[in-house]
Amino acid sequence: MKDAPGTRDYDWWLIAILMAICTLGVIEIYSATHGSALAGMHNKQIRWLAVGFVLMFVLSRLDYHLILDQAWILYLIGVVALIAVLLVGHTRFGAKRWIPFLGEFLQVSEMAKLIIIIWLARFFAEVRTDELSLQDLMKAGLLIAVPLGLILKQPDLGTALVLVPVLVVGAFLAGLQWKHAAVIALIGLLLLPVGLHFLKPYQKERITSFLHPEGDPKGAGYQLLQSKIAVGSGGFWGKGFGNGSQNQLGYIPVRYSDFIMSAWAEEQGFKGVLLALGLYMALLLRLVQNAQRAKDRAGMFLVMGVAAALGFHVLVNVAMVIGAMPVTGIPLPLMSYGGSATLFVFLAIGLVMNVRLRRFVN
Amino acid sequence: MPQARLAVVSYVIVGMIGVLLIGFWKLQVIDSDKYSQWAERNRVRSIPVIAPRGRMLDRDGRVLVDNYPSFSVLLLRDDPALVAKNLPAIAEGLGLAINDLTDQLDNARNLPKFQPIIIKPEATKGDVAFIESHRSDIPLLEMLMVHRRRYIAGGFMSHASGYVGEVSEQQIEASDGKFRPGDFAGKSGLEHQYNDLLQGTDGMRRVIVNSVGKEVDRLPTQEAIPGKQIQLTIDYDLQQVAEQSLGPRDGAVVALDPRTGEVLAMVSHPAPDPNDFAVRITGKQWKQLNEDPGKPLLNRAIQAQLAPGSVFKIIMATAMLEDKIPPENFTTFCPGYATFYGRQFKCWVYWSKTGVRSHGTVDLRRAIEQSCDIFFYNVGMRLGIDRISYYAKSLGLGRRTGVDLPSEEPGLIPSEEWVQRVYHRKWYAGETISVAIGQGAVTVTPIQMARVIGGIAMGGIFKQPHLLKDAPNVGEERFQISEPTIQKVTDGMYGVVNEGGTAAKLKLAGIEFSGKSGTAQVINYDVRTRLGKAGEFKDNSWFVGYAPRRTPEIVVSVIVQGGGHGSEAAGPVVRDVIKAYYDKKNKKSDGQFTADQNQPDLTEPPPAVIQPAAALKQQGEILEQPAPAEADQRPQ
Repeated sequence: MKDAPGTRDYDWWLIAILMAICTLGVIEIYSATHGSALAGMHNKQIRWLAVGFVLMFVLSRLDYHLILDQAWILYLIGVVALIAVLLVGHTRFGAKRWIPFLGEFLQVSEMAKLIIIIWLARFFAEVRTDELSLQDLMKAGLLIAVPLGLILKQPDLGTALVLVPVLVVGAFLAGLQWKHAAVIALIGLLLLPVGLHFLKPYQKERITSFLHPEGDPKGAGYQLLQSKIAVGSGGFWGKGFGNGSQNQLGYIPVRYSDFIMSAWAEEQGFKGVLLALGLYMALLLRLVQNAQRAKDRAGMFLVMGVAAALGFHVLVNVAMVIGAMPVTGIPLPLMSYGGSATLFVFLAIGLVMNVRLRRFVN
Repeated sequence: MPQARLAVVSYVIVGMIGVLLIGFWKLQVIDSDKYSQWAERNRVRSIPVIAPRGRMLDRDGRVLVDNYPSFSVLLLRDDPALVAKNLPAIAEGLGLAINDLTDQLDNARNLPKFQPIIIKPEATKGDVAFIESHRSDIPLLEMLMVHRRRYIAGGFMSHASGYVGEVSEQQIEASDGKFRPGDFAGKSGLEHQYNDLLQGTDGMRRVIVNSVGKEVDRLPTQEAIPGKQIQLTIDYDLQQVAEQSLGPRDGAVVALDPRTGEVLAMVSHPAPDPNDFAVRITGKQWKQLNEDPGKPLLNRAIQAQLAPGSVFKIIMATAMLEDKIPPENFTTFCPGYATFYGRQFKCWVYWSKTGVRSHGTVDLRRAIEQSCDIFFYNVGMRLGIDRISYYAKSLGLGRRTGVDLPSEEPGLIPSEEWVQRVYHRKWYAGETISVAIGQGAVTVTPIQMARVIGGIAMGGIFKQPHLLKDAPNVGEERFQISEPTIQKVTDGMYGVVNEGGTAAKLKLAGIEFSGKSGTAQVINYDVRTRLGKAGEFKDNSWFVGYAPRRTPEIVVSVIVQGGGHGSEAAGPVVRDVIKAYYDKKNKKSDGQFTADQNQPDLTEPPPAVIQPAAALKQQGEILEQPAPAEADQRPQ
């Protein structure tokens, strides 16, 4: 905090991995859209990436302890914003998720994720015991439940679900006791049918069509099937850039965004998937390494919150692309087209960078 | 502790990526072929290019069965939601009942979705206009050029040619994937028999479509391979004479060249017009045809199994002369009736219009000429059923001739073994008496009679009847008949026409026209008289004639059902055909005959046929296939 960290202290490996993944994304967005009405989308994505990079560096300069100090205020701002979006938000694709910001629409829940990561890091950092008490766990859970409920209300099941692994990983690292974990898992399992009851019809449909894809050839089941066809037909070597018929002829749903991995897998084959998933694995492991080297518990929790959120994104999105999970609307970080999601990732990485820059500082 | 747990998180990350990679490996390496096929199905829409069926020509190369181009409306079903949405508009635009459309979709629900179905086989001008004007907002309709069969109008030769129709489910199952629902194939007659030759191989027009079914590119078209044309042994001129001569009466005509087995003419009346089912026959029409008491679908030439009546006496005469039972100089006195085994049997002469009730004393020659029943009752009694059965079967009765047409019937020659097997009883000797004059349980088909009489006149050489010209491996049977026997039997048949026999009126100047008449009772005369229903059970009139008297060039077998006396109804038909044969032969030898003089009329436009100019242009590459040659024959 006393003297500003130098450029040498940035995690250039992490930045390299980040840029590599972004490049794959831009290439595939170009391939998926260049021949259609959406042509030029890759340029928009590049602009978002540029903004993201700038924000990442800006955020990395601001000491994360200052940010953590304001965690409760951020939490309140987040909750208020989520309520606001429900009241005055912009409805697109049947969900109220957006508020206008600088001529674009921002998805408030993306920012809410970031706030929750910060808030949880502060919360767990303050738990000084080696074992997480049930009381603290319940407290964390309840405070997470408020924004989670508001996001579910929009509705945005995918984003809401991302909060869960952030909590789980945080609690795990904070010394979650096995018996508590077991009890919570059991309760969760028992409450699952109740939870399903509260799902929106389209969400239920996604789940039923995931379980019985043949019953719904044109809906969500169709999307998953088309995605699997794209992936499978790519084979080991892929059909080549711009040559994926599933991609180019529009059989893959939202091929530039949520299903970008499907388009990538079709055109680049298993070898391309190996590259992409290898990069994601490197990214996540690099985050864990940064957490290990964090100066304090707060920094470690901050980095691992980011890792949990990104890891969950990758898992759920990629599993969906290969038909192993239902359609939830979670984008693939850094590859999927999307302003808010891209900014979220860069801001999150900015926090990680922040922690890293201050690992030797006292 | 957090450090230890962070290590755990690292393993979880590696494990997670590993599991995802396994998922990709399964899709992209293990199941890749399956998904590649699916991707291809998505991408490529195949529209069949129907191969034209081969034509049928007569022996002089005249076209008897041809094709004409027509357009069917195809419904693309790749997108069920889009189909459901547009169905009412399509039904209205094409003038179809919506229920009919949904039924058709239901029937096709087990087919792959990328395979379009034909919803209207014959497009009208209005349909074409509708499809063209709605190409953008209803992108589900396509025009398919098909080749429809055209037959000579009025049921000409229709039993021999047969007809085509949509393949049945059984045919699809039996075809081992060759047929698909909606395909056309021969259903009867030569169309069925030579379907493999006539049917070409459909081609495929392949286009690349995007996810909303819009055509974005084309792949090379797989050309259709047209079916092979077949030349028949049928002589159009003779067929025409036979058709006209039989006229509206129920019956059949079979003309063979006994030297080769070639079928020169084959007629069966009543005859349905196969043009009526060339497009699509409704269930109701089909039911009507099947249930019609006149049995128009029966090819009487090969399927009518009827008592041969007195024509059978030629088989009896051959048996008698060969077995010498009774000896050839056997004579008997015909008083018009005789009693055998305690029952009285009458000779036909007993009812003759001339009032003469007796044939007097008859020998074999006179018995054939006058068709004396009493003589043959005696011969039959002496020969016994087993000898009669042996000769009849050896000469080819009671079994199929092997003509190259489907569903030929074998007829029946009774024997002691047969009654034992079928009725579990002994043969009554009295039954032999009826069999001796071609009555009782004996049944034959017209083609069998042509073959047997022609074969005897050939000296015991029986050629397998066939309709495919230059057919390979034509079967031949030889049955040893002594020269004196052939001489006496053929002399007898010559006498029937030329020496004051039963068919003396049929005599043709300059032609050794020989033959045998038959008047087959449908029921016993005494019973008929008792019932007082003479009109309903009129006798079947048979005549089998040939020329010349030895080694004939042509044999004609005719049955006129309910025609009465053999030489009066059937005889003139035989005479007409034989006369036409010789007229043509003489013209040919004088160089006067050319096939062009008498061309089959295949010009009559079938109902509701149009050739939409727009559609023709649109599918230009399809039309470049060998066009059916009827263009030359149509009046321009």
